[in-house]
Amino acid sequence: MSVDKAIEGGGRDAALAAQISSQAVPRRALGDLFFRGLTGFTAIFLLSVLIAIGVALWREGWDAFRTFGFGFLWSTAWNPVTDQYGALIFIFGTLVSSLLAMLMAVPVSFGIALFISELAPHWLRQPISSAIELLAGIPSIIFGMWGLLVFAPVFGNMEPWINGHLGKIPGVGLLFQGPPMGIGMLTAGIVLGIMIIPFISAIMRDVFLSTPGILKESAYALGGTTWEVMRHVVLPFTRTAVVGSIFLGLGRALGETMAVTFVIGNTDSLSASLLMPGNSIAAALANEFTEATTHLYKSSLLALGFILFVVSFLVLVLAKFMLWRMEKRIGGGAL
Amino acid sequence: MISLYQRRRFWNIFNMSMATLATLFGLFWLVWILWTTLSYGFSALHPALFTENTPPPGVDGGGLKNAFVGSLILISLAVAIGAPLGILAGTWLGEFAVRRRFGSVVRFFNDILLSAPSIVIGLFVYAIIVHPLGQFSAISGAIALALIMIPVVVRTTDEMLQLVPSTLREAAIALGVPYWRLVTQITWRAAGAGILTGVLLATARISGETAPLLFTALNNQFYSTSLDRPIANLPVVIFQFAMSPYQNWQAMGWAGALIATLAVLALSIVSRLIIKGKTKGGA
Repeated sequence: MSVDKAIEGGGRDAALAAQISSQAVPRRALGDLFFRGLTGFTAIFLLSVLIAIGVALWREGWDAFRTFGFGFLWSTAWNPVTDQYGALIFIFGTLVSSLLAMLMAVPVSFGIALFISELAPHWLRQPISSAIELLAGIPSIIFGMWGLLVFAPVFGNMEPWINGHLGKIPGVGLLFQGPPMGIGMLTAGIVLGIMIIPFISAIMRDVFLSTPGILKESAYALGGTTWEVMRHVVLPFTRTAVVGSIFLGLGRALGETMAVTFVIGNTDSLSASLLMPGNSIAAALANEFTEATTHLYKSSLLALGFILFVVSFLVLVLAKFMLWRMEKRIGGGAL
Repeated sequence: MISLYQRRRFWNIFNMSMATLATLFGLFWLVWILWTTLSYGFSALHPALFTENTPPPGVDGGGLKNAFVGSLILISLAVAIGAPLGILAGTWLGEFAVRRRFGSVVRFFNDILLSAPSIVIGLFVYAIIVHPLGQFSAISGAIALALIMIPVVVRTTDEMLQLVPSTLREAAIALGVPYWRLVTQITWRAAGAGILTGVLLATARISGETAPLLFTALNNQFYSTSLDRPIANLPVVIFQFAMSPYQNWQAMGWAGALIATLAVLALSIVSRLIIKGKTKGGA
């Protein structure tokens, strides 16, 4: 309305026009201010969720931390009957199963990324990328179910062989003792590894493909083989991002619940053997939460959740920083 | 004697073969998992699945009706909560905070939230809603799923808005359009397909989420649509049935797994087609 007035006024009176426009501007700005405020508020809300997660889990787990002190972190006790709790079994299981998953997923993902970015003919690139991404789309509960009902029986048949051969090696053999049950730490590591392959390989593929063509072409022009170009040009150029992608995969592996819960065996005891059942933080939470009757039991489980949150948060922050450095580098005129 | 040339050739061929093998290895698991889900799932498909509720242990027959309905309720509620919030926050990032330091901070934490373990989100919602109210409920499950969905929507909205050419914005500003109308009527429309893709991908992601529902919506053996009580849902029912020793439960679990997988894959394929059609039309 004030805009119409300004047009009618036709700028006859400078003072009037100034007055009108000073009315007009706030009216327009109000809509902008509201919109900006609304969107900005949701963005801040988003930021606060992450902080709130940490605070809420710390508060809920506080009773466990207060009762058991720092000893909670390295106590192997986990006994609902006597109300004694310690996190070590679960921290150990989470770390070992994730480590096994990484041992399997990192080389395979690297191979897949190398194949897609350097080897595959152009027409094959997209189908293979899509297929691997399809693997990422399958819900984790399907991995778990398949792991328990299909993979574990097959793997259980292979375990006597593992026992007989790898188990005989002095030292290392200790890792491969135990009854052939099909489920256990190693099975969990394998299923977890299959699950995170698509996440790691997708990022590796992207960063490999982002290496400036001119660098690769120069190396090829000097007579380098595909592997040498990969090893001495592409890898050094993308090193931080490659490590970042590995950490991102690790972040996924640490917190993955369903795929692990089905196959890790859920035994609250420590064992050096990878064929023995164990437990992880996420699996313990999924299995025991609804059964936790005492207050301290529940609090201990939530304290486990807090530990998982802190560890995966740190891993993800590290991953993100490394990937960002790479982004900056590519954005910084290299391309 | 092996020449340097031969050695280099050998390592090249060796490593390239390993890369090809790694790809086949990855595809092998994909085929195995999909094939099992399809074959076990299809053989367990039955019309009663959609008309009867989950059976008690040891009883033959029954279906997954309550789980399907529950999952639909949870997912629609989560989308209704998560999509608007995600789009608004993403709009702030993509329109108002492209080069601002605080924008980078929000983007950074959003990416962390995006990869954060979903079980932790479930525990969080348990701590702030279920515990104070003293009751597992459908609405808390929907909130947990919404929290998992939001970062995905934020990220795609942000990226898609940044792809909108700035000339479009400048043209609108030159015409004297207020910024909020510029965003709602021009850039949102220009980036619409991309934003929709983000919402669909996020929906696909939450459709299979199980872990957060264990602490929030829990499960219900009976048909229920009330939001303040525990509600049956497909992922938790699959979890329960697959872990059980009963044959008919396991079979029903496979049927549920098949339907969940097909739904998730259909969503991600549709979203891919939208993006593809858009980029083709744009080019």
